[in-house]
Amino acid sequence: MSYRPVPILMARDLTLSFGTLRALESVSLEIYPGEVLAIVGESGSGKTTLLNTLYGVLAPGAGEVRFGENGELDRCVQTLPRQQLRHLHRSAWGYVHQNPRDALRMEITAGGNIVERLMAAGEKHYGTLREKALFWLQKVEIDPKRIDDLPTTFSGGMQQRLQIARTLISHPYLLFMDEPTSGLDVSVQAGLLDLLRNLVSEQRMAVILVTHDLAVARLLAGRIAVMQRGRIIETGVTDQVLDDPQHPYTQLLVSSVLPA
Amino acid sequence: MTIYYNFAYLDEGTKKKIRRTLLKAVAIPGHQIPFASREMPLPYGWGTGGIQVTAAVIGPEDILKVIDQGSDDTTNAVSIRNFFRSTTGVRTTTSTREATLIQTRHRIPETPLHAGQILVYQVPMPEPLFKLEPRVSETIALHAMADYSLMYLKLYDQITRYGRIAIGYEYPVIVHDRYLTSPSPIPAYDVPKMHMSPALQLFGAGREKRLYAIPPYTRVIPLDFTDYPFDPVNTRQPCALCGAVESYKDEIVIDDAGNRQFICSDTDFCEHRR
Repeated sequence: MSYRPVPILMARDLTLSFGTLRALESVSLEIYPGEVLAIVGESGSGKTTLLNTLYGVLAPGAGEVRFGENGELDRCVQTLPRQQLRHLHRSAWGYVHQNPRDALRMEITAGGNIVERLMAAGEKHYGTLREKALFWLQKVEIDPKRIDDLPTTFSGGMQQRLQIARTLISHPYLLFMDEPTSGLDVSVQAGLLDLLRNLVSEQRMAVILVTHDLAVARLLAGRIAVMQRGRIIETGVTDQVLDDPQHPYTQLLVSSVLPA
Repeated sequence: MTIYYNFAYLDEGTKKKIRRTLLKAVAIPGHQIPFASREMPLPYGWGTGGIQVTAAVIGPEDILKVIDQGSDDTTNAVSIRNFFRSTTGVRTTTSTREATLIQTRHRIPETPLHAGQILVYQVPMPEPLFKLEPRVSETIALHAMADYSLMYLKLYDQITRYGRIAIGYEYPVIVHDRYLTSPSPIPAYDVPKMHMSPALQLFGAGREKRLYAIPPYTRVIPLDFTDYPFDPVNTRQPCALCGAVESYKDEIVIDDAGNRQFICSDTDFCEHRR
């Protein structure tokens, strides 16, 4: 009997329009446990729209997103009651925004930001929350002494690492990332990518990563999907797609990367 | 020319609508119910919510007590008491024990309430989450999902900054194991009196147009952490007038030299002890 992995999330024929603009044109994809799928394409190709539709905060005009943890795609994002979707967003799934300020509470200390998901899950012991906050600060390589500082006093790279700690503390099995390294300078980006790669393999999460940066996709992703004007035009193993692109648009995209 | 007002100022239809809303509020303890708040002959912030609730539930047989910060003789208490005396003709009192209906701002009387009494609170801001989440649509969703991690985040931050939960008044409570509720700006010291109280507690927010209620014998639990339990602050100084230690005190500057005295904030309680 051959082993066939079962996806943990599957999208079928997603179509979404903003007025007359077709943002998604019958997009289908699957995510398997523990894999990193990069969605690449130029600005306006529909990457973030697709990510937000898979995450359940945008409703598609047609198509559906099914998911499930135990080898069965028994639940549908679009028909899930709001309360259950919110619970999913706060525990089993995570979302890392491009701009950490969209996710962090800037008026609350770093420690408080990290443990919010634990409190939502019912943790009512301050000492335990402190321990977990310190543990995760170290994990994302922020000096534990900064636990009681406000995120406003953090650099952009530290804010992004804080957002990652805050998201990963609930051990999500599926992580959505929207350009997580795009706002950072090159050296900080390298450190963060290294950290992300280690955490992703250590936590055994599946990741859907939206990026316009092919280098980021090559470093993190096992598979890649290329988008153009709301369609997935090419998909495959990362190295294969980037080294031997089939679609003319992918060839253009790959050849337009500046030499390092 | 003499002006005749309806009994308790508001017309019968309005009072009936408020009572219907109050019934709903009692049926869902701690849940805020919108209502069509009326213009009242006093400014917002002076008790327009409380006064409408009192007007809706008061009857000719009631004995009314009105307190402001525990006191029967401050401007707000005196004017609201006079207002109801002139528009209803009911008996008024300063005695907590004798009153059947008590309208209050910022205190719960020291004398334990008994079954059959109604305590009406004046509420400036009924939404406990309003400083943490500015969108009303979002706070409604958070209540619907019983997601109160935002308030826990505030408590976490207070312990982190001050070493303890430093909420002195308007201490957040969970009513009937379900809704996060503002007890109105009473001192945290008064919050335990709300728990399993034999009296009916009604809350009116006039400007914010919300009513809510805590029926008699309902669980009212202050939010806290297991290792930082709810621990309200009160002075250990005895009252300078009656010597009471356990009552809640006002700290009053008594001369130009800055000398201070601690005096019971509940004037009725203090007078009975002297």
